[in-house]
Amino acid sequence: MGRGTVTSLPKRRWWRHAGEAAIEALIRLCGISAVVFVFGIFFFVFREGAGFFFHGFKFREFFGSIEWYPTSESHVRYGALALIAGTASVTLLAMSIAVPFGIGAALFISEFCAARWKETLKVVVELLAAIPSVVWGFIGLTVMNPLIMKMFGTPIGLNVLNGGVIVALMSLPVIVSISEDALKAVPDSYREAALALGVTRWQLSYRVLLPAARNGLLAAALLGVGRAAGETMAVLMATGHAVKIPTSLMDSVRTLTATIAAELGEAPMHSQHYQVLFIIGILLFSITFVINLTADLVVRGIRSQ
Amino acid sequence: MRPPAQFNAGVDFRATRLTRRKQRSEQAARAVLMLMTGLMVAPLLLIVGYLVYQAWPILSLDFLLTNPKHGMRSGGIWSPLLGTVYLVLISLGVAAPMGVLAAVFLNEYARDNWLTRIVNLAVLNLAGVPSIVHALFGLGAFVLFAGIGRSILAASLTLAIMTLPVIIAATKQALAAVPMAFREACWNVGATRWQTVWHIVLPNSVSGILTGVILEVSRAAGETAPIMFTGAVFFKAVKEGSLAGYGLFDQCMALSMHLFTISTQVPDVPKALPYGTAVVLLGTVLALNAVSIALRVRLRARRKW
Repeated sequence: MGRGTVTSLPKRRWWRHAGEAAIEALIRLCGISAVVFVFGIFFFVFREGAGFFFHGFKFREFFGSIEWYPTSESHVRYGALALIAGTASVTLLAMSIAVPFGIGAALFISEFCAARWKETLKVVVELLAAIPSVVWGFIGLTVMNPLIMKMFGTPIGLNVLNGGVIVALMSLPVIVSISEDALKAVPDSYREAALALGVTRWQLSYRVLLPAARNGLLAAALLGVGRAAGETMAVLMATGHAVKIPTSLMDSVRTLTATIAAELGEAPMHSQHYQVLFIIGILLFSITFVINLTADLVVRGIRSQ
Repeated sequence: MRPPAQFNAGVDFRATRLTRRKQRSEQAARAVLMLMTGLMVAPLLLIVGYLVYQAWPILSLDFLLTNPKHGMRSGGIWSPLLGTVYLVLISLGVAAPMGVLAAVFLNEYARDNWLTRIVNLAVLNLAGVPSIVHALFGLGAFVLFAGIGRSILAASLTLAIMTLPVIIAATKQALAAVPMAFREACWNVGATRWQTVWHIVLPNSVSGILTGVILEVSRAAGETAPIMFTGAVFFKAVKEGSLAGYGLFDQCMALSMHLFTISTQVPDVPKALPYGTAVVLLGTVLALNAVSIALRVRLRARRKW
């Protein structure tokens, strides 16, 4: 390296410049990798199902009929309504349990509990989030199944209730942590103003914090819905295998995710059945994409306030 | 009302009816919220306790080191365990460099424009994609399009893309925690951006990156759906007790897949066997997460800035 003077910079080897540029190019490439992969997922999943999508896809039958007979030799029908109803029922039950409990727990952790328990509770929530999906399914099979059979006297305990409770427990950590962030983001001036007027902690939570954190709590609920709708192994093992629209909590159902997992192994490669399963995958991907996009826009709504 | 016993400038400090009512509703709310949180915490402890209790007769070192025998009805879990280790290590080797560099891009190189916003959105969406859709993507892109066939390589690549957001998020957090002053000092002595990152920023974020890596490992070990169709199989013979069991293009067994098959596909399995598998899987995942959390807590305490 040349010695620098006051009016000129020290000489730098050309390959150092080239090396720096190469590294920067690599970094930029990795940076956009996430975008590439999201597009890639859509592209490759659609590619495998494109055959069915362009020839043989009947919109009204797919979304309106409950007759799902992909393996029938005489009269093949691909009515996915019952599967969509299955996903919707399990998700709805799971959210009606998880959202109140999750927001309640988040309120407790951020406002009501003593400081020394706060860290412990947050660790417990994180550990709850770490339990693998297949272990939850196993619990649905071995713990919830006999429990439901004993409590309600049904002949089989794999139903909407079983799946709903399990998925609720799985989505709780997501809802709790995002709600907690939302509650923490409420400006301190709100709390101080309320305390100056002499409110109790419950009044503070109910009348000031929950309304102020409304957007963040909505985002938490949305992300919980996304998690619940996309869950595969737990519902595969815990909801039974009946392709029909559930009329009660004790009915067995099949969700979209479980259908793909259960039937992909047996569908002959590149057959129409195989392609339909990929199209269901596209449907799932679109649902979760829209949910995540909405949640992000909602959160951005807070930040711009 | 009786006049107060002591002189206090004529102010009566006894609780009014309104105050008592507020305090009662506060205590009621506190009890309800505590109950809600308790109902969230209890399942974790009950699940772990019940699983360990049921698996107790079969847990031993021998269980870990012998292969499944007699069609999974006896023996141990060596081959699934080895398969999971292979899958996790290879997926880590792919996901870690890409994830760290992507986070470096987002934190150090990216400007505040629409591209950055899209990248952040893509990372969030990638995190929310259902696991079965990742399986479909792996099948379409790696097994079929790239021609790798069902193998450890294809399954690991699928797992890598699935766990990429975990590493990106943890690394971004670790990089953001390095004070700006460190970088400014580097720029003042004339370092290029990459030199700053490589010599100062990255070494100071290693522990944060490590927590992300541990989280990635725990997620990759627990996933079933992505590997079910891209490389994991029901049974594969592997030499007991040796670490070199699988080749890169072989199919493999995996712990999560093994739990799924012996609890749903194989009849007449002795009761303790699936519980034992579940305990090993759950124990590994929880232990990894606990290490990651402990590391994070120790970091925050030790940081000198």
